Amino acid sequence: MINNILDFEKPIVELEQKIEEMKKLDDNLDIKEEIKTLEEKINHLKKSVYENLTRWQRVQLARHPQRPYTLDYIYNMTEDFVELHGDRLFRDDKAIVGGLAKLGNEKVMIIGHQKGRDTKSNLYRNFGMPNPEGYRKALRLMKMAEKFNIPIITMLDTPGAYPGLEAEERGQAEAIARNLFEMSKMRVPIIVVIIGEGASGGALGIGVGNRVLMLENTWYSVISPESCSSILWRSWEYKEQAAEALKLTAKDLLELKIIDRIIPEPLGGAHKNQEEMAKILKEVLLEELAALKKMKPEKLVEDRIEKFGAMGVYIE
Amino acid sequence: MGWFNRKKKHIAPTTKKTVIPDGQWVKCDDCGELLHVKQLEVNSWVCLKCNHHFRIGSEEYIKILLDENSFKETEKKMRSANPLEFVDTKDYNERLKTSMKKTGLNDAVRTGIGKINGKKVAFAAMDFKFIGGSMGSVVGEKIARIIDKALENKIPLIIVSQSGGARMMEGALSLMQLAKTSARLTRLADAHIPYISILTDPTTGGTTASYAMLGDINIAEPKALIGFAGPRVIKQTIGRDLPKGFQRSEFLLEKGFVDMIVNRKELKDKISLLLDFLG
Repeated sequence: MINNILDFEKPIVELEQKIEEMKKLDDNLDIKEEIKTLEEKINHLKKSVYENLTRWQRVQLARHPQRPYTLDYIYNMTEDFVELHGDRLFRDDKAIVGGLAKLGNEKVMIIGHQKGRDTKSNLYRNFGMPNPEGYRKALRLMKMAEKFNIPIITMLDTPGAYPGLEAEERGQAEAIARNLFEMSKMRVPIIVVIIGEGASGGALGIGVGNRVLMLENTWYSVISPESCSSILWRSWEYKEQAAEALKLTAKDLLELKIIDRIIPEPLGGAHKNQEEMAKILKEVLLEELAALKKMKPEKLVEDRIEKFGAMGVYIE
Repeated sequence: MGWFNRKKKHIAPTTKKTVIPDGQWVKCDDCGELLHVKQLEVNSWVCLKCNHHFRIGSEEYIKILLDENSFKETEKKMRSANPLEFVDTKDYNERLKTSMKKTGLNDAVRTGIGKINGKKVAFAAMDFKFIGGSMGSVVGEKIARIIDKALENKIPLIIVSQSGGARMMEGALSLMQLAKTSARLTRLADAHIPYISILTDPTTGGTTASYAMLGDINIAEPKALIGFAGPRVIKQTIGRDLPKGFQRSEFLLEKGFVDMIVNRKELKDKISLLLDFLG
């Protein structure tokens, strides 16, 4: 665990360890009061730290190696998940997973980017960076959902669409463009949740929904802070400034009217309590789903086109 | 071998820029031939010797593709509002001001209604010279509105793309323009109104990953760079040089992502013929 502690988490973790040590001490020592004071101090510290994170620190939390990924949410939130594979054209992309599941009493099609936890699984998942076949698989599953009138939930968590040679050969741009086009006109409800990293077209490629929700410690933008730094500052060193300039947090995006809602995470971030996080998300999804299910298919399509049509700020 | 010698021979610098220099004589970027500007203009800015297509802007495309004086510009005054108050090494406001002054344009796309061999069309052409032809809120909104115009008037849509992708300085707002424009195109498709996408050098990133790839017919100019990720990024990712002709029009034709490559001099008549078929 100790390797996965972010800089700003350190004072908290140190205090927590101190309390653990004190609790192990002899019962005869009268230190209960002291422990209580320390615990209060920790809670106070946590609140002030997590309420005042910089944008870059939120990016770091969004990438936390212990953070729940799509399959974690699926296992913690749903029952009877049946994973479906392949785009029927080229192969099965492991960076996007999807399938049918039951969320409470609702049948849903859940599709999301999938990262790995260690080197081996990350290679298997291509670090959550899809190739065109990933987007085409997602589209196949969405069309199936539409055919059988099943609502769609997508989960975004990618450092970007894979910038490889074969990805270009197989039409990465066309695959993403096609998804934007087709998702716009799906006749079933679509709910999009950003659960980690929302990097550019690679994220948006499964991100056109009636409702777009963001977990508290996630980011969503046109480019990653690192790449932005390398292009505009011509150095990788300005990622903190780039993160600030890009205004990429949930709070920023709510203000810019790009997302509908921020979903709170357990204190310290989603990785501190995966089950609790899944519980919170499940409740939100069921609530949103109930509202969207009342809308007629034509209205859902119209709503989506108008929703994205309203995004943008310009002077006339 | 000296210590200063580059060890990794397989990484070569990226391609050189192509801009039209001022003055009466221009050297072809490809074959080096010295050409007179007037001569080039008559030849649609295509090298008379080697067929190299010079990079031109919306002004030239309006002249080349539309009937004389038929273009009525729409949303002429729309400009960027700098919603993020974006500052990198330069203030975005300053960048915009400089670009506007240098190019005489308000943003990276011009839209309007015009005629192609007498047939009314909704038309958009992008300008790479305006912040790399990048798509921010203004480009997205202008494209969306010209799609609306095509729909209202039941006339075909022609978009000439030339863009490095989404504009960084407007963050997620730029990204959402991909969804906005693609979503709007579904209405055109439902109304059976043809959309012809013309891809010119370069068309990459978010522009390719939205309206540029969604034409009923996609036409590329010869040897244009067309792709999603930029060649520099791909080269870094895979750690070796890219094959010759990679991400060029001819490559996209071979891989099945454009319908045809058309010489700029024949572009207008080809569009006209296609519109004849499609209505």
